[in-house]
Formats: sequence, C-alpha cells, structure tokens
Amino acid sequence: MNTDKYISNVVKSIPPSGIRKFFDLVTNSKDIISLGVGEPDFVTPWEIRKEGIDALDRGSTTYTSNLGLPELRIAISYFLKTHYNLAYDPEKEIMVTIGASEAIDLALRALLNDGDEVLVPEPSYVSYAPCVTLTRGIPVFVPTDEKNNFILTPDDLKSKITSKTKALILPYPNNPTGAIMKKEELEEIVNIIIEHDLIVISDEIYSELTYEGRHVSIASLPGMKERTILINGFSKAFAMTGWRLGYIAAEHGFIEAMNKIHQYTTICAPITAQYAAIKGIYQCEEDIVKMRETYDKRRKFIVNGFREIGFDCFEPKGAFYIFPSIKKTGMTSQEFCEKLLKEEKVAVVPGDAFGPSGEGFIRVSYAYSIDKIARALERIKHFAERIL
Amino acid sequence: MDKSMEIIDLLCENSRLTEKQIATITGLSEEEVKNTIKSLEDKKVLLKYTTLVDWEKTDREVITALIDVRVAPQQGHGFNRVAHRICQYEEVKSVSLISGTYDLSVEVEGKTMKEIALFVAERLAPIEGVLSTTTHFVLKRYKKDGVFYEEGQNDKRLVVTP
Repeated sequence: MNTDKYISNVVKSIPPSGIRKFFDLVTNSKDIISLGVGEPDFVTPWEIRKEGIDALDRGSTTYTSNLGLPELRIAISYFLKTHYNLAYDPEKEIMVTIGASEAIDLALRALLNDGDEVLVPEPSYVSYAPCVTLTRGIPVFVPTDEKNNFILTPDDLKSKITSKTKALILPYPNNPTGAIMKKEELEEIVNIIIEHDLIVISDEIYSELTYEGRHVSIASLPGMKERTILINGFSKAFAMTGWRLGYIAAEHGFIEAMNKIHQYTTICAPITAQYAAIKGIYQCEEDIVKMRETYDKRRKFIVNGFREIGFDCFEPKGAFYIFPSIKKTGMTSQEFCEKLLKEEKVAVVPGDAFGPSGEGFIRVSYAYSIDKIARALERIKHFAERIL
Repeated sequence: MDKSMEIIDLLCENSRLTEKQIATITGLSEEEVKNTIKSLEDKKVLLKYTTLVDWEKTDREVITALIDVRVAPQQGHGFNRVAHRICQYEEVKSVSLISGTYDLSVEVEGKTMKEIALFVAERLAPIEGVLSTTTHFVLKRYKKDGVFYEEGQNDKRLVVTP
C-alpha cells in the first residue's frame, strides 16, 4: 500500500533526525566505543528504584490526577525553591509530564496559532524545531557562536524578532554545546523579551549539571516568572531517563491550557515513576552531588584530551557534552563522524544534527567512565594523526 | 575534598591513569600529583597497583576458596601469630581477622580444588593454634572490586541518543 499519500503534509515536511540517521549507521557496526549517548551512565539511585518497586508492591497502579500526584507537586515546588529560589504554587502552577519532551510539546501547542514564530537558538536539542512545525508554528533559528561561548546574545535575539514572534526557547544548560547562561547574560536579554512581549520556554533539564557555580533560571529574574514556562525533569539530575518523568512550572493560566491538552492526550504520567521521584527529591541530594562531581572530573579529562590531540574545544560549563571544532580537518561533521566510526570505531554525533551552526563541530558525550573515555581518546588520537 | 583522597579514588578506579591525566582531572600540577603519589607510596598508603582478571576467560585454571579458620588466641599475641604464620604461604592471597563465629578469613588460590583441599589439610589445619577450618570454594563471581562480571551489566543504553 502506498501509505505516503495518506500521511499529513506537515509530518512529511519534517526532516528525519540527523541523530537517527547516524544511529542506523552505528547499529550496524561492531566493537565500537560510543561517546554518542545523551543520557547518564548511572543507574537510577537505589532509593528511587526501591520506591518504584514498593509502589508496585503496594498496588499503586492507577491513574493519578492529570497534573500529577499532589505530593509530587509539593516536592517539585520544594525542589525549585531550595535549588533555584523559585516560588511556585504546587496546586496551581506545577504539572507533571511524560518527560521534558512532552512538556516542550505542550508548551508549544498551548501557545501557538498558525504562523506564529518561535525563536530557537541553535545548535540545540533536536526536537524544538520539529515540535514547532507540528504545531503549525514557524521555527526561526537563532545561530549562536563559539566566540560568544554559544550563549544567546541580545543582538542575536533582536535580529530575529518580528511582529509574528510569540515565544523564545531557551535551551540552557545546552545540549549539545555544554554552554550555560549566567545571571548577567540572562539579564541582558530580559528587557528585549519583555519589550517584545515574548513568552520564554526555558528548557532547564540539565540545571543540576553545572560545574562552575549554580544554575540560574531566567524565571528568577524580575518580571520573568509570569512570562516563563519552565521545563525540567528527572532524567538527567536523577539519572531517570527511562522513567519518563518531567514537569512544568508556570503561571496558572498556562498550566490550565497545557493541562487541557495533557488530559486528552496522555491523561497523566506513570504513577510508579511519580512515587519514585518524590523519594528522589527528598532523599537523593547526595547522589546528585556525587554524580555531578564525577561528570566534572570526566569533563576536565576529556576537554584536555581533545585539546592535546589538537582540536579546538570550547570549555563547556554544563550538561555532559563537549562540542569540539573539527573545522581544521576540512571535513564536514558528517564526513568526520562517518570516517571516525569506520576507521577507528568511535561513535560521536555530527554537530549539524543540532542545527546549521553545528556544522564543523561534533558532539561528544562524557556520560562514560574515565576508562572508556581514555580508550576512545586513544583511538581518536590515531585518527587525528592521520588527518590533521 | 582532600586532594590526596581524590587521587586515591581515581587510582582505585583505574590505576593506569598517568600523572598527567590525574593532574588534568584534579586541577593539580603534574609535579604535585607525582609528589603526592610518592608520599602515599612511602607512607605505605598505596601498597600495590593491581589488575582485576576474569580468569574464566583465560586458559589458566584459577580456583579460589574462602576458608573460615577458628583459632585459639595465644597469651600476649592474640590471633596475630597464627595469622602471620598463615600469611607466609604463597597460595594465600589474603588473611583478615573477622568478627563472628570464625576468627580468620583466608583466601586461597590454586589450580584445582584438590590442590586447595590438600593445602588446607596438610598446611593450614596442622598449624598450632588452628582449631578448625571450613573451606568454601568460589563457584562463580558476580562482582568484585565494584566490577560486574556478567555481560548483562554492560552499558544498556542505545549507542546514539539525542
């Protein structure tokens, strides 16, 4: 059957993920060392897993309220207050989602009318632009630059705002660059955001993984809480990717609108994961700190490793990726990655999978043991000796 | 964290890390790392750099047994004299004083079960002060020094994810 003619035009218009393409290539290779993964190598802390098991044991197998378990929303409110000095009412301003991914989709669907423009700084996570398109909005890329440490500068932002601009996605700490935006840097864009009456969708999923100073949420700046849809979740900080649990904190009106979609499309996040996450918030602070310290060691190790081999490498301050430049090889990101995979059996992700400005870079994850990173670096060194 | 502890932790994880690599991770100079390690070695804090081998995957037969030993404590020496005596044998990999029903836990390595059984019968049991021995052969290792032996514990993540 020719299914193609039945598929909607908007779905057809979305390009397949660059990562997906590379994934297929990698799956067919053997004995590879992968530095290509966007999730922690830690297993979820035991306390959290145990609570998941206990929840099943107690027979907690039902739906929860659409917004999520009240106890979990209280816990999230506590977490946001104690970690980022943000005050959200657990009853009205917080909702629990199926990962930050659903949250991104909900925020866009709640906000956009046909043809509304959404600013997407890039390179950034692969799903923003397609989600905007699926909502019949128009994604407008805002390129960021290594010489500005991949942050969103006021000039970059201004240059892309039109009368149709409705929202800005703020993806910091950033996947794939590892860039963060400091308080002063956020302050510089706040006036522009307010002046142009934009809503910020702030994806802060890596907020617990910053290595020089704590993360600052744009929602904590004056005048910004009301116009920020803050997205976070448990995947990265608590090593809970497979539990699929995220949340949104925002003005009551926004939450209500998003909950309207959420109740029809997904009903609620899995109850097991919700109970487990409560335990995580109250009892696993130490695990978070330990994981962060471990990532930090690897970060220094791998940045230095790439620099020694001869690659220019921006110093990432957050998440668990480095984003070295491969421009001096004369290859495209895609060529570089395919060749590295074929010749040395190391998998990294081409930078252009994260937006056009990612061309000339590669994303290398350090969610791996030092040992594994060291072995991969040896292979990359071999490779570089031949091509540099 | 105390920098020497940080170095110890890193070496426990991977004793083949170079001074340079350790310097990068800890933010110390290579010279400082070198001196710290030297001083830890001199003070006998760092005793040896070892390797964890899955012997099952080699051609060599290596059988391990854990032996519980009951000892009659001696006046003025407690368990030390017998423990030191047991330490002398090359087959003995580790000797520890333990609490509970038994006094010493002795780890012995050999090529065959028989070899170990004979070692216990002929060398260990006859030592003066040894009251009894109970030999437990290790049949299968699941985890040692924090490392899982089974393949199932390997990285279960997809190779490339967003």
